Amino acid sequence: MIELEYIDYVTLSPLRRLFYRLFQGIRHLPRRTADLAQRTGGRIRKRTVAFGRAAKSYGIIFRQGDVKTRLSYLVMGAGSFLRGQVAKGLIFLFLQAAFVVYMVTFGVGQLALLPTLGIATKKEIWNEKLQIYEYVQGDNSMLILLFSVVTIFIVFAFLGVYLANIRLAYRNQQAAGRGEHLPGIVRDIRNLFDKNLHVTFLSLPSLGIVMFTILPLIFMILIAFTNYDKSHQPPGNLFTWVGLENFRNIFWSNPTQSRTFVGIFQWTLVWAFFATFSNYILGMILALMINKKGIRFKKFWRTVFIVTIAVPQFVSLLLMSRMLADQGAMNVFLGYLGIGPVPFLTTALFARITVIVINIWVGIPYTMLITSGILMNIPADLYESARIDGAGVVKTFTHITLPYMIFVTTPYLITQFVGNINNFNVIYLLTGGGPLSLDYYQGGKTDLLVTWLYKLTVNNQDYNLASAIGIIIFLITASLSLLVYNLSGSSRKEESFQ
Amino acid sequence: MKSSRARSIAANSAIYVILSVMGILWLIPIAWLVLISFRAEPGAWTPYILPQSYTLDNYTRLFTDTQLFNYPRWFMNTLIVAIFTCLISTVMVLMTSYTLSRLRFKSRKGLLNLGLILGMFPGFMSMIAIYYILKAMGLSQSLLALIMVYSGASGLGYFIAKGFFDTIPKALDEAAIVDGANQNTIFWQIILPLSKPIVIYTVLTSFMAPWVDFIFVSVIMKDNYNNYTIALGLYQMLTRENIYRYFTQFCAGAVLIAIPITILFVIMQKYYVSGVTGGAVKG
Repeated sequence: MIELEYIDYVTLSPLRRLFYRLFQGIRHLPRRTADLAQRTGGRIRKRTVAFGRAAKSYGIIFRQGDVKTRLSYLVMGAGSFLRGQVAKGLIFLFLQAAFVVYMVTFGVGQLALLPTLGIATKKEIWNEKLQIYEYVQGDNSMLILLFSVVTIFIVFAFLGVYLANIRLAYRNQQAAGRGEHLPGIVRDIRNLFDKNLHVTFLSLPSLGIVMFTILPLIFMILIAFTNYDKSHQPPGNLFTWVGLENFRNIFWSNPTQSRTFVGIFQWTLVWAFFATFSNYILGMILALMINKKGIRFKKFWRTVFIVTIAVPQFVSLLLMSRMLADQGAMNVFLGYLGIGPVPFLTTALFARITVIVINIWVGIPYTMLITSGILMNIPADLYESARIDGAGVVKTFTHITLPYMIFVTTPYLITQFVGNINNFNVIYLLTGGGPLSLDYYQGGKTDLLVTWLYKLTVNNQDYNLASAIGIIIFLITASLSLLVYNLSGSSRKEESFQ
Repeated sequence: MKSSRARSIAANSAIYVILSVMGILWLIPIAWLVLISFRAEPGAWTPYILPQSYTLDNYTRLFTDTQLFNYPRWFMNTLIVAIFTCLISTVMVLMTSYTLSRLRFKSRKGLLNLGLILGMFPGFMSMIAIYYILKAMGLSQSLLALIMVYSGASGLGYFIAKGFFDTIPKALDEAAIVDGANQNTIFWQIILPLSKPIVIYTVLTSFMAPWVDFIFVSVIMKDNYNNYTIALGLYQMLTRENIYRYFTQFCAGAVLIAIPITILFVIMQKYYVSGVTGGAVKG
């Protein structure tokens, strides 16, 4: 069975089809990867060529430009100001002045310190005249790194404005040469609400995203290559670049850390697998039961389960962690039945089972909500023929419902899987990652990579390690998400509605 | 025929039994929460399950005993933050998703991919950096900082709303342009009135976020008790030092905020379903 004709493919049972598709996917993997590499290579080559051409074009503009255009290379806005676009010219000039002042007074100094991340620590110096110790402010690696990143952002933004200024000057020169009237600022503003509406609409959101997502993210990625940990906290102690050492430590060279990483990583995958599929299958069974013909009060049953979604997780999960504690209500109840206290959250194996079971409590209602609609769409004749063939309830479920659903909702499943890898709330609120283990570095037996990252950051201030783990999590989620993206093909379909 | 009917009745009754048992299991924690919120005896762990005596004190003490845990103040904090976050994020999300969905410009594809990649980093990986950025701006430990954190990058949450805008026929825009409308008026006067479900969804989700988050608040507020939000405040009630005195109050406080959130969620559940399934299921 290497490649089937379409007619043979459709005669397969849904489960076989899934296997067939998986098999084909794996078979084509080398070729697809090669394709991707080639495409990326081609794209990079195209970019370089385009970049070279663009760089050259600014040389050409300089050669062909008149005095006003050439002056724009030195004084921004000259090409607009001298041709009557006063407001625009002044804005350019103001931006240039602000940039120069910023760089001279602050930016250059920060960038100069970037390679070392500062060398002067805070010192006490005895002041003879006043007979006291005085503190001399040293460097602060953290602030140097932060402001350097900001400065680099500003430089790039300025470069963009600068080039726009030159292009505008040249466009103005050409338009003036053709004797056209140059558009004034009023016209530009009017365009911002029509042809250039995307600029207006995206400016504020992009500013927010740059400030609160991109900038911090780049900062944290850089931190992964430094030794910014508990014993290198500025301003008292400076940190510096260490290259790939943090990754080396996590993967092999630091035994405790790598043992912790491997242990937590394995548990993360086990957890994601069980959490995803237990929720998926049980949630579907719940939805099937509620939607079965002849079952009454459907709305009532649905509401019962929806209420549990609606209660904020930090309330319900914190409460449950107290219920399941060694002296908690659950053990009191078991005591009535004569069963000794069960260490629900305090031994590794029990804790792991408990979080998966409690996650079923949390997750089933979601699956029920989401799958209800799709379950109704399973063609009724499939069930009909199964019934005629004498298939029982269980057989119908495993042979028709499940394969069909997995087939239709693979993207949803993978999204859920990624979501569970990053499922912070359930683990952190329920066990706090515990029970703690002496084998582990700052981690417990139910810790996921994300909760470990959180603990390293907040409790332990090992920012370097936490950032390295963040990058690893990104690589895992990114590869899984790429899979979803390819499977769902939603990128290709997006135009088909309009 | 008769036997099959009997079988279906048996099956249905089995389902009723299973559903009832499950329903009870699912509601037990919530029922217990409500019960404990009326319990007169303090302490998190009692050697019995049902309270021995009941009282309303836990609720009244939330509003009168504000020395250590200032519940009313936290409630106001959360409300203020939620209102502003909701306003700002809704505008940002709608603008971003509308632009990426319906306007065509050069860097659009690139921005879409960038958004996809940024969404794959664990969200709170960068919270320490955010804290220091806010500190550099002189805003740390303030409510304004919290609003900025919640709504600042909200533009990234454009997926669901974009999926909605994608489904509105392009012909509407074209007809409006023929009538002399510019892009701005198309958004406000034509598309927005058609988008009530997604606007409601965006408003409600962004309004609810500050009520349930405790990660970012704890990093930003540190020990500034006065600016805590409800979630973090309630979380603090369960620390080892406080749990004996405050466990019942925690339950009362939790009930008080769970009620409005539950009502909001039940109202918006149908938008929620279409939002979540929109991109995640292939048709």
